[in-house]
Amino acid sequence: MQFGLTEEQQMIVETTRSFVENELYPHEMEVERTGHLRMDLIKQVQAKAMQAGLYAANMPAEVGGAGLDTLSWLLYEKELGKANYALHWTCVARPSNILLAGTEEQRQKYLYPCIRGEKWDCLAMTEPGAGSDLRGMKASARQDGDDWVLNGTKHFISHADLADFAICFMASGEEDTPRGRKKLITAFFVDKGTPGFTVRDGYRNVSHRGYTNAILEFDNCRLPKSQILGEVHKGFEVANAWLGATRLQVAATCLGRAERALAHAVQYAAERQQFGQAIGKFQGISFKLADMAMELKAAELLTWEAAWKFDQGTVTEADMSMAKLKATEVLAFIADEAIQIHGGMGLMDDLPLERIWRDARVERIWEGTSEIQRHIISRQMLRAFGA
Amino acid sequence: MKVLVPVKRVIDYNVKVRVKADGSGVDLANVKMSMNPFDEIAVEEAIRLKEKGIATEIVVVSIGVKQAQETLRTALAMGADRAILIEAAADVHTDIEPLAVAKLLAGVVKEEGPGLVLCGKQAIDNDMNATGQMLSALLGWSQATFASELAVSGDAATVTREVDGGLQTITVKMPAIVTVDLRLNEPRYASLPNIMKAKAKPLATKTPADYGVDVAPRLSVVKTVEPAGRKAGVKVSSIEELIAKLKDEAGVI
Ligand SMILES: Cc1cc2nc3c(=O)[nH]c(=O)nc-3n(C[C@H](O)[C@H](O)[C@H](O)COP(=O)(O)OP(=O)(O)OC[C@H]3O[C@@H](n4cnc5c(N)ncnc54)[C@H](O)[C@@H]3O)c2cc1C
Ligand SMILES: Cc1cc2nc3c(=O)[nH]c(=O)nc-3n(C[C@H](O)[C@H](O)[C@H](O)COP(=O)(O)OP(=O)(O)OC[C@H]3O[C@@H](n4cnc5c(N)ncnc54)[C@H](O)[C@@H]3O)c2cc1C
Repeated sequence: MQFGLTEEQQMIVETTRSFVENELYPHEMEVERTGHLRMDLIKQVQAKAMQAGLYAANMPAEVGGAGLDTLSWLLYEKELGKANYALHWTCVARPSNILLAGTEEQRQKYLYPCIRGEKWDCLAMTEPGAGSDLRGMKASARQDGDDWVLNGTKHFISHADLADFAICFMASGEEDTPRGRKKLITAFFVDKGTPGFTVRDGYRNVSHRGYTNAILEFDNCRLPKSQILGEVHKGFEVANAWLGATRLQVAATCLGRAERALAHAVQYAAERQQFGQAIGKFQGISFKLADMAMELKAAELLTWEAAWKFDQGTVTEADMSMAKLKATEVLAFIADEAIQIHGGMGLMDDLPLERIWRDARVERIWEGTSEIQRHIISRQMLRAFGA
Repeated sequence: MKVLVPVKRVIDYNVKVRVKADGSGVDLANVKMSMNPFDEIAVEEAIRLKEKGIATEIVVVSIGVKQAQETLRTALAMGADRAILIEAAADVHTDIEPLAVAKLLAGVVKEEGPGLVLCGKQAIDNDMNATGQMLSALLGWSQATFASELAVSGDAATVTREVDGGLQTITVKMPAIVTVDLRLNEPRYASLPNIMKAKAKPLATKTPADYGVDVAPRLSVVKTVEPAGRKAGVKVSSIEELIAKLKDEAGVI
């Protein structure tokens, strides 16, 4: 096995890291304290991100991205993930991969403007009554002549306030399967301003200040069939084909924040004096540091291995779930211990630790809760025995 | 016009430098290394000259260990066209002295025929500040050091130099050696798409023997020591006491 990074990968890390430190960190305090990301700031940082070729770098080179392999992409995600989420997600956007599934006409309308920084996307699956169990969704799409009519509600939809359009997954029918009746799902592009489509403010949430979530309402929202992404009733097939690696993306951004928190903790433990010596000299603290470093490495290895297998075409659902699960849980552990090592100072917003600790919380919930990841991992093990 | 930019691989400016236990130098084993920041500025300036249509090709050259290839790739990812690595040392702790570097660069200049050599004013590891000047002497070319502004037109370059107490503007005849200072420009990020393309750009490997240069050291390092640690400050109780201390003890007023 090969564990070293290539020269390109090292350079990707360096460019992204220095961009994050020089162009994103200086604005973190403002976003954290106001809970708001100003449009003029977005535009200013976005322009710099484009110059550095970081904007939409997740995309293939043919469409204007950086054409990275999965590990290189995740190394980039890890560095970006160190900063305030709203800042990096908005100003250094990574348009959803699923946009690549569109027809050329849809790419012209949605994908390319996102890559050029002229539009933002959002993805709507979750509903008040359907979270982990997405198949249970109620929001529906009904065919009416050549059109489709959408009704229902989606919630927790990230940055839908900023987005110019939403990719919405709607129940479009039902079918009988050996495991009972199952809903059929179709994905649609829905533009802001389409009659019958409303975006309302969502909830205030503890994680990722400045990164909003919204409620989407569909009230007889009529769309031509050209707005369908993929094929009718094949919404989840498109999602599975194009969104598989988002779990690895979550894992990578968590690794970045965990690394940042650990770096703070090590430095503080080496410098903070109590009882006449650096607190890092007390085993109560030094053993914490050792465990934090070891857990971080374990999570990293799981993630990089899954990335490598992704490119080999040998990755399994369980591989990606393990990476997501471990990285999100390790982040929570490291953020908590880093605060503990800082004593009272760890809780103060002068340091990024209190927010890394808050931000860690959502990571175990979105993109599949920790329970769902464990379900995916164990299902693969049990299936071999027919269970 | 072809522009030649020498780039050196040095200890990263963010790294806390540690002196080796035997005092023979600084510990470089498993330490983060980067392009000398002044050389980054030189690469950036060359790219800007190319963007203005003045430079036609940018050749970067590094002299040192094999790993200096990484530094060259960074320069290629920033926008240089071609790289030359002169493998002159096997151990990362071996520093090639300015005169040997200047002789090798003179060899490269003869081979490549650039119209301008842009170098950093000094490398942040040994702070010699000599290579550019020595190269100018070896080639008999004009030199302009500590550049904070550079304008090339025809067979002359106008250079604003940062000198003690102010700025000096001079005009030099081309071909010339210009050594660059901190405020000349702000280097760009090596962009991700360009990083991916850098691998396809040519990188030639040479040895000092190819240029007939002996790189054996002429200088010997007697010892290397850490800077003295800062002493704790004192508190003064009044402005009068402060002024008295500044006058009598520090002798600064
Ligand atoms: C800030 C934020 C932003 C979000 N952004 C988006 C977005 O942009 N687009 C989008 O579509 N969604 C988004 N989501 C939704 C997110 O994906 C869901 O919150 C997540 O899938 C969990 O669903 P739920 O909240 O309804 O919880 P539920 O599914 O109701 O789960 C509640 C609890 O039950 C557990 N549970 C459920 N089923 C099982 C089971 N079979 N076995 C064991 N335990 C189980 C869960 O693990 C959890 O602990 C966002 C959520 C948040 C918090
Ligand atoms: C919101 C808030 C309100 C507060 N209000 C008050 C107040 O009203 N009045 C007041 O006087 N104080 C107050 N405090 C201070 C509080 O009591 C201290 O924060 C606490 O005692 C810890 O001290 P410290 O923060 O300096 O951390 P430190 O003592 O520097 O500890 C840093 C880390 O080192 C560890 N450590 C230290 N010594 C050892 C050792 N020997 N062995 C192993 N580990 C060790 C600690 O457990 C901790 O993990 C407040 C703090 C906060 C956060």
